[in-house]
Amino acid sequence: MRHVITALVENKVGVLARIVGLFTSRGFNIDSLTVGETENPELSRLTVVVKGDDATIEQVRKQLGKVIDVIKVIDLTETPYVERDLLLVKVNVPPGKRGEILEIVDVFRGKIIDVGQKDLIIELSGTEDKLEAMIKLLHTYGIKEMARTGQIAMARGTKQ
Amino acid sequence: MAKTGAQILVDMLIKKGVEYVFGIPGGAVLPLFDTLYDSPIKFILTRHEQGAGHAADGYARATGKVGVCLVTSGPGATNLTTAIATAFMDSTPMVAITGQVKRKFIGSDAFQEADITGITRPITKHNYLIKDIRDLPGAVNEAFHIASTGRCGPVVIDLPVDITTETWDGAIPEEVNLPGYKPRYQGNPRQIRLAAETINHSRRPVVYTGGGIIHSGCHKELLEMAERGNFPVTTTLMGLGGFPEDHELSLGMLGMHGTLYANHAVTECDLLIAIGARFDDRITGKLDEFAPHAKIIHIDIDPASISKNIKVDVPVVGDAKNTLAELLPLIQPAERREWLEKIKEWKEKYPLSYDNSGVLPKPQYIIEQIWEVTKGDAIITTEVGQHQMWTAQYYTFTRPRTLISSGGLGTMGFGFPAAIGAQLGCPDKTVIDIAGDGSFQMNIQELATVVHHKLPVKVAIMNNGYLGMVRQWQELFYKKRYSQTHLEGNPDFVKVAEAYGAKGFRVERKEEVRPVLEKAMAIKGPVVIDFKIGEEENVFPMIPAGKTVKDAIREGTFGGMA
Repeated sequence: MRHVITALVENKVGVLARIVGLFTSRGFNIDSLTVGETENPELSRLTVVVKGDDATIEQVRKQLGKVIDVIKVIDLTETPYVERDLLLVKVNVPPGKRGEILEIVDVFRGKIIDVGQKDLIIELSGTEDKLEAMIKLLHTYGIKEMARTGQIAMARGTKQ
Repeated sequence: MAKTGAQILVDMLIKKGVEYVFGIPGGAVLPLFDTLYDSPIKFILTRHEQGAGHAADGYARATGKVGVCLVTSGPGATNLTTAIATAFMDSTPMVAITGQVKRKFIGSDAFQEADITGITRPITKHNYLIKDIRDLPGAVNEAFHIASTGRCGPVVIDLPVDITTETWDGAIPEEVNLPGYKPRYQGNPRQIRLAAETINHSRRPVVYTGGGIIHSGCHKELLEMAERGNFPVTTTLMGLGGFPEDHELSLGMLGMHGTLYANHAVTECDLLIAIGARFDDRITGKLDEFAPHAKIIHIDIDPASISKNIKVDVPVVGDAKNTLAELLPLIQPAERREWLEKIKEWKEKYPLSYDNSGVLPKPQYIIEQIWEVTKGDAIITTEVGQHQMWTAQYYTFTRPRTLISSGGLGTMGFGFPAAIGAQLGCPDKTVIDIAGDGSFQMNIQELATVVHHKLPVKVAIMNNGYLGMVRQWQELFYKKRYSQTHLEGNPDFVKVAEAYGAKGFRVERKEEVRPVLEKAMAIKGPVVIDFKIGEEENVFPMIPAGKTVKDAIREGTFGGMA
């Protein structure tokens, strides 16, 4: 099952390397991993999407918790939460298809952030499913380049 | 007054009560060694950095204190990595200080530069690269704290040479502030009650203990608990000495080369109480047939050890000593006559045994004699292989910290330098490294260290002229195709010992074992005894990897497989 796990970590040199190394050496498969500053510049929040059975997920949580620089580990899958992924995609614009593509972007509430002679760069944020759905449609026109940030997530409400 | 980084570090080591530092100097640590020159810390110069690391490890295991080693950058540090990994796998409290090139050269492939924090990340509990002298005192405090608390382990401090010469006059903090590190010492009371209930309802319980008993120092509580509930106790290699093996409730060691009665008891038990052990594959064999009828209680300080390999029914995260103290009063005394009777039957049916005929001494006999000559009061270190397993089987361990062996990583070459550390930590004890001819040669250079520091360490080599354990597997599972296990070119170990200035003896007949051992123990200096044993001696019983006790190979039952 797919789990979204976030960890609050000390913003120190080598923290990311520690965590990436941990996933590699323990053989955990991660779908995405993001890290960035939080409201407190001394802390970073790490969001990792990992697939595995319950025993694997339990090990992921425990092993993360053992890293000295990791302060708190939360498996968001157990609580209501929101998640977002940011996508930049450079799509090919075949003659006469510009209108169609703009319509798709509009339906997904994406943004055109660069317009070229033969291509467009589209920005879209949302859940993994939403991004995948648009990417699938854009494949018809030819995707030239794509970049994604991976999921960031946050629990709903006030209680963490 | 402003102090150099080197002075700050050395002063802090003294303040932390560090008696010995093990290591070898080099370019990037020259300022540190210059400061150490005037300090009261006794420096033990080894002849290879791996030896320094294992010696610090042996010191820590014998005393329970933090072992400290200090080496130079690059090759000095990479030579230390096997020792760090060994300490990590067996949860030894250790602080390893490595020199590093000047800060401005880091990342430039400078002479003797290696990214040692990168290299040791997966084999340390934590590590530091000091980039600012103001971070040095905090890192030293944290390193000692992290190494010696929770599930202990090695911590590396990588120290650029220009930090050791830079001066600073800031205050040295006493406290550590690690918001992400709060080991849990007290077990959850509800879980402890649940564990007690489960125990009180069990009919055929077995206690399975590991190195956690030794680390937390709860051998007394364990004995009290076992006697109160009449629980048979089996230990892992790391747990030997945590429960007296001469006690009637002792089942000895379990697992691949454990006693058959311990393995039968685990297979038939209805409750397995695991304390400070981690269900290693050498213990469990085939995972889904390990303790198949049992509920499992697991008491461990490391939450990640629980339900890692085997699903646990009642987990208790906490220090073993604290948890047992809470658990004890909740355990109802019980006779368990039927179960103990059954165990007695297994003990009678499947005793540990060997054929003591022939001219050459049997390794099992030598180990029994070592036990008798030392009255079981020595500190035994081992290398890794057949001799290690014979030691585990035939030396009756009754006290904690009397067996020092590389269990997790299985590092050949560990025992001899570890004996150096143990001897320094326990100067009044007899320290004996039980070795193989293969293993001993992996750190044989430390003979110079024992002679140099006048350490009366004894080495007993079980010399079969082979990498014996690998040869045994080749005999049993590879049709006796002894690929690269015959150690042609072995030196004359007696002459090697003498060349270094130690004493050497050779034993080739059974009746010489006892007198030579007695003679060796009476010598105040280092002695190497070369025991010639049969080339094809095997360690039995043996449960082949991934199998169960039903598939155990015993002395005499083997023959058809070759």
